[in-house]
Amino acid sequence: MPINSNKEYQNYVDKKSPNSPIFKNCFNAFWVGGLICVIGQLIFDYCIYRGFSKDLASSLVSISLIFISAFLTALNLFNRIGKFAGAGSLIPITGFANSIISPAMEYKSEGYVMGVGTKMFTVAGPVLVYGISTSVIVGIIYLIFNTQAILLV
Amino acid sequence: MNDFLNSIDYLMLLKAFIIGGVLCILAQILIDKTKLTPARILVLYVTCGCILGGLGIYKYLVDFAGCGATVPLTGFGYTLSKGVIDEVRSLGLLGAFTGGIKTTAAGITAAIFFGYIAALVSKPKMKKQ
Amino acid sequence: MAKYFDVCLEDEFFGENSWEKAESKMIKTAVETVLKKSKLSVSDINFLFSGDLLNQCISTSFGIRDFEIPFLGIFGACSTFVEGILLGAFLLDSGAVDNIITSTSSHFCSAEKQFRFPLELGNQRPPTAQWTVTGSAATVLSRNGNGPFVTHVTPGKIVDKGIKDANNMGSAMAPAAADTILTHLKDTNRKPSYYDAIVTGDLGYVGKDIIVDLCSSEGINIASNYDDCGVLIFDKNAQDTHSGGSGCGCCGTVFSGYFFNKLRNKEIKKMLLVATGALMNSTSSQQGETIPGIAHAISIEL
Repeated sequence: MPINSNKEYQNYVDKKSPNSPIFKNCFNAFWVGGLICVIGQLIFDYCIYRGFSKDLASSLVSISLIFISAFLTALNLFNRIGKFAGAGSLIPITGFANSIISPAMEYKSEGYVMGVGTKMFTVAGPVLVYGISTSVIVGIIYLIFNTQAILLV
Repeated sequence: MNDFLNSIDYLMLLKAFIIGGVLCILAQILIDKTKLTPARILVLYVTCGCILGGLGIYKYLVDFAGCGATVPLTGFGYTLSKGVIDEVRSLGLLGAFTGGIKTTAAGITAAIFFGYIAALVSKPKMKKQ
Repeated sequence: MAKYFDVCLEDEFFGENSWEKAESKMIKTAVETVLKKSKLSVSDINFLFSGDLLNQCISTSFGIRDFEIPFLGIFGACSTFVEGILLGAFLLDSGAVDNIITSTSSHFCSAEKQFRFPLELGNQRPPTAQWTVTGSAATVLSRNGNGPFVTHVTPGKIVDKGIKDANNMGSAMAPAAADTILTHLKDTNRKPSYYDAIVTGDLGYVGKDIIVDLCSSEGINIASNYDDCGVLIFDKNAQDTHSGGSGCGCCGTVFSGYFFNKLRNKEIKKMLLVATGALMNSTSSQQGETIPGIAHAISIEL
């Protein structure tokens, strides 16, 4: 019986605890995530069709998807999609937007400055910190080894 | 509108669907198997995208799958690194500090602004079954 | 379960503008209701023991600030309900006081906000996660009356078996509950069959499984008359609450609604109520600390 050591108990608990339905979760994540990317691609194609540059089109894709995400979050629908799709709605930029918007709504009761303003980045803050810091390091390394060898393109 | 529909590259849509979906599956496996929190997954994806972008590898995925590679958060990391490298080329060291935010400004600003608006107009509700 | 409760809420805000205020109002309503039902007035009450899950027990303090009753705040995480009764029973036994109110509350939204993620964040809950019960319960303990009576109390020791996963509280608390039950049976020289019901607070489905195993490994079989409030309170299939309910309100509401009713109707005559608590907060779990569990037991007999 697993009462003796903490490690044995942990192993026993792992065996006892039901696992997440990983195949179902992966399937849902796949098609929802894929679908969000397809919607992005359609917006991108439309922007190109209207004669925008590629960079501008990319920005417009981000803005549109973030808007859709904000809209669904404000209607209290995004968490249901997230519960169903898991990483499928988390990994696309919609999930990033949702992680900024949801604490903003949550902490509204603490006021607009110290609540909404401060808590907005409780979940997404690390993403910006690590993303931007990594990009600075990438830039500095690129500056030092400014050769085609490091940049394969 | 018909012109637009004709202009769509349907193979590209399929590729975006598959690559985008596969990136989500990888994250889902990480969530279910390692109990990483969503914030950690997002950080991991951005950092990976940024490093792969810096090494010039991610660009191939973007060329192949379009939004299937740029819409997931790895794409956000890729955009950061792309902006930094472009700016370093033209501005030198200063570019390492200006490039990243410049290219991702639209996304970050949109998320903050729409987030604020959403908090103004809406209240969180209990998850109903 | 709903038909056993005095008040049921349709709206998680309870007419207030924040969940914290709603929780305070819930605890206030619970105390008012118990006063009304026991036909006592505020001046008859000597002490009020109460606590909840939020930082510094704010929902309790704000909820009962308008009652003029000497107040002693307590914290035992989800075991607060029994902790209050246990302390109250001691005080009554000393003969110094006549009537004591104990109460507790928890609220799903305010607990999620404090311990986990924003409500609108689109994340998935693992199957071992438990759903904090939005509820509040209050009891009156009195020196006079005709039962049911609190006959024995067994305060628990902290037991920490090294579980870190805050989404698997049942297994973190189960060893503490098993320890308390075994201690209680040993001290009182009773067998599990002495009780009509042995009920734990909020172990949920996972924890319920584990505690039965833990006890049987010590040669004590509790499976036949054992149940858990976290399992009883929700309908697993209809409400999608994963491993069942949790929170101070879980044990409190199920006991004061469902089991107290059964005791009154003499459907059960002897029960052992074991409230379980996970003594952690969001900082401790971020710092990688394990989750210490605790369980307090009281036996209630007619």
